[in-house]
Amino acid sequence: MPDTPNAFTRAQLDWRPWLNPLAEAELTPRHAAALVDPARAKSPYFRLLARDPDALEHRTRTDKDIFLNPDAGLPRAERELAAAAASRVNGCIYCASVHARLAATYSKRESDVDRLLAEGPAADLGERWNALVAAAAALTATPVAFGPEHVARLRAAGLDDLAILDLIQAASFFAWANRLMLSLGEAA
Amino acid sequence: MPDTIARLAGLSPDSALEALRARRPVTRDHGQASHDALLTPAEPAGISPAERLAVAAFVAALHRDAAAMAEYGGRLAAGAPALADAVREAAEANTAQGPYGRYPAGPLSVEDAHGPGFTLAPNLAATIGPRLTAALAHAHMLVLHPRDASADAIAALRAAGWTLDDVVTLSQIVAFLAYQLRAAHGLRVLAASA
Repeated sequence: MPDTPNAFTRAQLDWRPWLNPLAEAELTPRHAAALVDPARAKSPYFRLLARDPDALEHRTRTDKDIFLNPDAGLPRAERELAAAAASRVNGCIYCASVHARLAATYSKRESDVDRLLAEGPAADLGERWNALVAAAAALTATPVAFGPEHVARLRAAGLDDLAILDLIQAASFFAWANRLMLSLGEAA
Repeated sequence: MPDTIARLAGLSPDSALEALRARRPVTRDHGQASHDALLTPAEPAGISPAERLAVAAFVAALHRDAAAMAEYGGRLAAGAPALADAVREAAEANTAQGPYGRYPAGPLSVEDAHGPGFTLAPNLAATIGPRLTAALAHAHMLVLHPRDASADAIAALRAAGWTLDDVVTLSQIVAFLAYQLRAAHGLRVLAASA
């Protein structure tokens, strides 16, 4: 086994920072508020981001609303699929493991999620998921390659505009999340 | 007052898409609060407002996103016109198609995709200065080839004077903009597809 995971997986991975996180004992009430969930004080990733508490707090509240807002729109499983697809394209093995696991849990489509991890965004997952993955991949490219053809395909696959908004925000959020996890540490 | 994403996407306050965004008010409001914390902080600490805007203008130009280039390039030029010109030229010399980069050696090595590293002409480096040049090199990697990130890349920033806290904030600035520009781009496309 290499000490750094070198393949995409739904298995539980660790993440190890390249910079010292704040120690739990150093966390002030401002840091605690920025973590939002008290349990996140156990996470080296969130204690590292706590070095800029305002940025962490607004990142976290954005994240939670994009993925957890229960008011209609795109089902949770498919928001997670978008996150996994973006992570697969960017090459964030750790992020892909977390969100592939969540996509599989909420969709019960473990073999399709595994196919995305193995084959990347060209995997054939049925038209609705193919449309979602293609849109997420286009949003992940630089320059951004998302265009009216993606919107048309998503609508043809049954998404209304609130669901498309959710897809845009979920895939776009992983442009943020992947870059934080890739730049500050590594999967372990 | 529309938020920055609405302005970048060109959404009018009474548009159908703004009504949909209003059903995700936490996303909208904390996206703007993220912008404010990272680009216009009340206490800029170790990274000056001009440095933050220079990174933003560079990230916008690497994305070849006209609205974001006008926004951040314009804000930088208002206070530092020579720096704004140098940053735009630096970005134009470093555009590429991303994401590319290398995986840890193993089964994914067949997917390794090579692309250009950051380069900077000496005349631009003189205007931009070594500290900000290190930040632009880091931003180039994060925007275009994020899976090449490494502990060595962080060491290069530290050697150029970026503190531990600064490195976290710099990563947040680049990563947040990667989100903001994509969200705005997606909304612009969706609004035009009514």
